Amino acid sequence: MDQFTLNLIVVGASFALYVGIAIWARAGNTSDYYAASRGVNPIVNGAATAADWMSAASFISMAGLIAFVGYGNSSFLMGWTGGYVLLALLLAPYLRKFGRFTVPEFIGDRFYSNTARIVAVICLLVISITYVIGQMTGAGVAFSRFLEVENTTGLLIASTVVFVYAVLGGMKGITYTQLAQYCVLITAYTIPAVFISLQLTNNPVPALGLFSTHAESGLPLLTKLDQVLMELGFQDYTGSHGSTMNMFLFTMSLMIGTAGLPHVIIRFFTVPKVSDARKSAGWALVFIALLYLTAPAVGSMARLNIITTIFPNGTTEEPIAYEASPDWMTNWEQTGLLAFEDKNNDGLIQYYNDRSEEFAPIAEARGWEGNEMVTFNRDILVLANPEIAQLPGWVLALIAAGGLAAALSTAAGLLLAISSAISHDLLKSVFMPKISDKQELMYARISMAFAIALATYLGLNPPGFAAQVVALAFGLAAATLFPALMMGIFSKSMNMQGAVAGMLAGLIATLLYIFTYLGWFFIPETNMLPNTAEHWVAGISPLSFGSIGAVINFVTAFVVMKMTQAPPAEIQELVESIRVPRGAAGAIDH
Amino acid sequence: MKDNQAAAYWSANIRIIVICLAIWALVSFGFAIWLRPMLAALPITIGGTDLGFWFAQQGSILSFIGLIFYYTWYMNRLDRRFGVDEE
Repeated sequence: MDQFTLNLIVVGASFALYVGIAIWARAGNTSDYYAASRGVNPIVNGAATAADWMSAASFISMAGLIAFVGYGNSSFLMGWTGGYVLLALLLAPYLRKFGRFTVPEFIGDRFYSNTARIVAVICLLVISITYVIGQMTGAGVAFSRFLEVENTTGLLIASTVVFVYAVLGGMKGITYTQLAQYCVLITAYTIPAVFISLQLTNNPVPALGLFSTHAESGLPLLTKLDQVLMELGFQDYTGSHGSTMNMFLFTMSLMIGTAGLPHVIIRFFTVPKVSDARKSAGWALVFIALLYLTAPAVGSMARLNIITTIFPNGTTEEPIAYEASPDWMTNWEQTGLLAFEDKNNDGLIQYYNDRSEEFAPIAEARGWEGNEMVTFNRDILVLANPEIAQLPGWVLALIAAGGLAAALSTAAGLLLAISSAISHDLLKSVFMPKISDKQELMYARISMAFAIALATYLGLNPPGFAAQVVALAFGLAAATLFPALMMGIFSKSMNMQGAVAGMLAGLIATLLYIFTYLGWFFIPETNMLPNTAEHWVAGISPLSFGSIGAVINFVTAFVVMKMTQAPPAEIQELVESIRVPRGAAGAIDH
Repeated sequence: MKDNQAAAYWSANIRIIVICLAIWALVSFGFAIWLRPMLAALPITIGGTDLGFWFAQQGSILSFIGLIFYYTWYMNRLDRRFGVDEE
C-alpha cells in the first residue's frame, strides 16, 4: 500500500470518529451547547483543554521553533504552560462558580454594564478571529501536504468536518471530539519521538534523553549538540544570547495572555464543581506537558541527527555528497521544505551559518561559498522524523492525522468562543433579551455556521500577517480580558467605569505599540519606526508588550475607580458569593 | 457563613495564592531567566548543562504542575475547614 492510501485511511478513520462522536453528543438545549451541561469529568476536560490549547503550530512548529534558537525560545515553553497556574489560582474556579456561559457575560454582569459587555465582546472577537485564521490555514497546509489535495480543497474539507460536529454538538460535541483528538495527536507526537530518543540516547523517554548521554559520542547529548552547532558557526543551543529583560517580558506576556484567552477559559465552565475547575487545570497542564516536555527533546535530537547525517565524519570533516544523501532528504526536497544549492560546485552539502562573521574565515579556508541548505524549514524536525528514524508508513500517516487533529480541535474551541459571544452576549443579552432557550439554541447554531464561514473565508484569503497574529492575540488577551477578569474577582470595589477604561486603555496601548513597529493593521511599509531593538521604547519588543499593556490596564482601572462611584451593594454581594465554592451546582440552570 | 468567617477564608486563600505565585515566579523568571548565572556557578550540572537551562526547558513546567495540584489539595482542605465545600 502506498503512503498516500495509508494517509487517506488513517485520516479518514479519525474524521469518521469525530463525526460519530458528534452524532452521539448532540446538544439539546443552550446549557448543552455552551457548557456541555457542566457534566464533564475534570480529567476528560483536562485532555479536551490540552487539545483545545495545542494548535497546529504547537504540533508541527514548536519543536523547530525551540531547536533553531535554543535556550532563548524557552519562553514559549514556560509562557504557554505557566499561564495555567494563573488560570487555576486566579480565574477558573471563580468563573465556574459564577456559573454563566461566556467571558463577556461575566464582565458585563460583574461590571453591571452592557458597555463593558460589548467592549469585552470586541476584545474577544479580535483575539479569537486573529487566532482562528492561523488554525484554518494550518489545517489547509496539513491537508495539502499529506493528502495531495489543493490547499483550498483541504481547507473546505476541514471546515465541513468542524461544521458537522460544532453545529450539531456545540460545547458537548466539541469536548468529546477534543478528547479523541488529544489521544490522536499525543500518540502521533510520541511514537517517532520515542524512536529518535532510543536511536540517539538509548533512553525511551525523550524528555530524559535530552539530558542524558549521546550514545555515539559518549558525550552528554546537549554538549554534543552545542559542539556541532558551534563548529558550523551557529549559536549554541544552551547559551543565553538575547536580552534577559525581553525574555522575561515575553514569557510574562505569554503567561498572562494564555490565562486570558476566552476559548481556554470557557473550557472550565464545563466541569460540575468549583474544586473540579482547579483540578481540571492541573490535568490540562499534565496533558500539555506530555507534548511540551517532548518538543524540545524532539527538536534538538532531530537537529543533531540531521547535522550528523550531513556530516557523517564529524563537522570538522567534509560533508556528504548530494548524490549520497538519504532518501528522506530527497523526498522532502519535493515539498519545498528542504532545498539544496551547490554554490561551490563540489557536489557536497555544505550546511553552516553563513551569516556568522566569526565563522566566515573558517568557511573561506574550507572552500565553502555560502550555506548550501538554502531552505531548511523548521517544521521538518517533526514532519520528517518518522522517515529519518525509518519507521513504517503508518506512523507518517498518524502524524498527518495528529497535525489535523491539533488544528481542528483548536479551531473548534475558538469558533465556539466566537459564536457564543455573538448569540449569547450580543443577541440574548443585549439585542433580543426575550428569545426563548430553543430560539437561542437556533441562533447559536446560526452564529456557529457564520463563524465557520468567516474563518474559512479568512483562511482562504489570509490577510498577509499570519506570523504576527500570535503576538497580537496574546498581547491583547493579556492587556484586556485578563486584568478585567482578575479585578472583577479580587477587587470588590472595582466599578464599571474603572473596568471599561482599563480594558480600552490596554487595548489601545497594545494595538498602538504593535502597529507602530509592525505596520498599521500589519500592512507592510506603514510602520512608523523600524522594528529593531534600538527603536523600541526602553528596549521592549512589540511581541513582549502584552505584560506592559496589562499593567496599563490595571493602573488606569484603579485611577478611574478612585474618581468614580463605588459599585452597587448587590454587585459587592455577588463578588462575595463567587469567592466561596458552595452552591456552584445551583448555578447550572441560571 | 458569617462575615468574619468569610474574611478569614478569603485571606487564607490570598495567602496561599501569594505563596504559590512566588514559587511560580521563582522557578520561571528566577531560576530559568534572571538567576541563571547564579545557578550556573553552582557545582551542579545536569546532562552537560546548568540547572538554569533545565528549569527553562523542564523544571519550570514540572513545578507548575506541582503547584496547581498542591493548591487544589490545599483549597479542598480549606473549603472543608470553613464549611464552604460543595456537597
